[in-house]
Amino acid sequence: MKIDRRGLLLAGLLAPAAAFAEQFAGKYQPQAQPIGEGIWMVRGADEAIGFANGGAIANSAIIATDAGAVLFDPGVSREHGLALGALAQRLTGKPVGRVYISHLHPDHAMGAAAFDPAIIHALPATRAELERDGEGFSDAMYRLLADWMKGTAVVLPQGDLAGGSTQFGGRPFRLLALKGHSGGDLAMIDERTATLVTGDLVFHDRAPSTPHASLPDWRASLGVLAGLPHKVLVPGHGPLDRDGSAIAQTRDWLDWVEQSLHKAVVDGLDMSEAGDLPIPARFAALKAARYELQRSVSHFYPRLEAELLPKL
Amino acid sequence: MNRLSILTASFYVSVQTLAPGAAQARTLVADPLGSPMWEHHGAGLFGKDPVSFDPRVIVRIPQIAENQRVFPVTIDARALPQVKRIVLLIDLNPIPIAIDYVPTGAEPFIATRIKLDQRTPVRAVVQTMDGSWHVAGSWVDAAGGGCSAPPVSRVKGDWAEHLGEVRGQAWHESAGETRLRMTFRHPMDTGLVENIPPYNIEHLTLHDATGQSLGKMEVFGSVAEDPAFTVLVKTAGPVSFEARDSAGLRFAGKTGA
Repeated sequence: MKIDRRGLLLAGLLAPAAAFAEQFAGKYQPQAQPIGEGIWMVRGADEAIGFANGGAIANSAIIATDAGAVLFDPGVSREHGLALGALAQRLTGKPVGRVYISHLHPDHAMGAAAFDPAIIHALPATRAELERDGEGFSDAMYRLLADWMKGTAVVLPQGDLAGGSTQFGGRPFRLLALKGHSGGDLAMIDERTATLVTGDLVFHDRAPSTPHASLPDWRASLGVLAGLPHKVLVPGHGPLDRDGSAIAQTRDWLDWVEQSLHKAVVDGLDMSEAGDLPIPARFAALKAARYELQRSVSHFYPRLEAELLPKL
Repeated sequence: MNRLSILTASFYVSVQTLAPGAAQARTLVADPLGSPMWEHHGAGLFGKDPVSFDPRVIVRIPQIAENQRVFPVTIDARALPQVKRIVLLIDLNPIPIAIDYVPTGAEPFIATRIKLDQRTPVRAVVQTMDGSWHVAGSWVDAAGGGCSAPPVSRVKGDWAEHLGEVRGQAWHESAGETRLRMTFRHPMDTGLVENIPPYNIEHLTLHDATGQSLGKMEVFGSVAEDPAFTVLVKTAGPVSFEARDSAGLRFAGKTGA
């Protein structure tokens, strides 16, 4: 075969086309589920953060007000935040006017990069924890999610929230300043529809994750949430809770994990054996149960050993 | 020769003193994990001995490396007859061997925790008395920095206050066997962190009440900070153990006394 100059030129023109065929084509397509008047839940995938789901695993809430939409938890990345913002605009006819961040974890917090920092609010503890861990989360998310993260920088929220009644655009809310899943956990009630939005204090049919958990604080916060009258509950992960079972389910799992790991140390198991413990049938509906048990082993086991193994 | 290859070479020197006349170039059985380091590690570890990938060797690890500084691994080779030696190999770690265990009077079972410096195969490499090697393991995805980040106790600055604190407990299992768990407070410095020289537990020995050896272990810097070990020894009586670190300090304990 003779390769002439024209053929070479043509090959040169075609080569970039082949490269373009590899270009990243992921696109977030958040779906809204109506809950009540002017309030929607956006469901995350009940999975671990991974390239296949773009990290879109946390639930968000969108609430219509006269001053713009309220977005509770803006997703994992700039593109995710933009997609949630566009969805809010379509649903409410107004752009996002206020963003709440429930806690520091990247699946809930890093989508802040899509918004003006002046409209992003969180508890003081959440801002402080993001100052501490935000860059580390960013590295971890870029490693796992690659192009899904493009353009995402750590944007710190205003750490200016406190518990109590408030309003935005004429719509009354009650904010709850809690902790236990992390050092600062924001929950809120939309008074108009009696919807309780809990962030990751409550998981529903998806096993709770514990990387920054303080279990006594978490249980106390669950007690507070259980005492608040509400019609429906938007959990941090998993489906909408209409029958009030999600708070008890979250507590049940945390109690079981704590007791099981305590017993595993007392019985002489090592970490990987504890991570292989049988999971009771009552948790069969919980997604990612084995995965979260093994993460919890990593979070709690060395401390339990230091407490329970006799000093020689 | 760069620093890394010097480090790696020194591991094979210590490994080869245990298996004299081993290393020689030859074609290894193909690696089902496709590790880029398989040939290299194989040449150092196996010599001319036969090698197979063997489902009788069980490596229990979690689905996720939640903490790349403390990644639990349990190796159970009790389905293999006459195990002589168990090596925990992390192909792509700068310190590729974590432990080299000779269970003289113990079941071929060991659990510990390791550091991961990147995505890597984690394997059990088990030698039986006939000299053959039996390999099992899988890829583990991990963020970087398990070996090249300072230990938590170095960051907190309290490592010296707790150095050598020993905890342990024995559980009597059936048929004259004892499950023994041991933990040691130790920074297990890898030498890969700027201005912190290597400093780690190097040897661990186990003895029964009569002084008979139950097992001995070479321990390297890729074992996690504050190391923990679980073994199954063949005695129902008291067990004494002693760890020695690279500064010559000894940390001893006794259970069932």
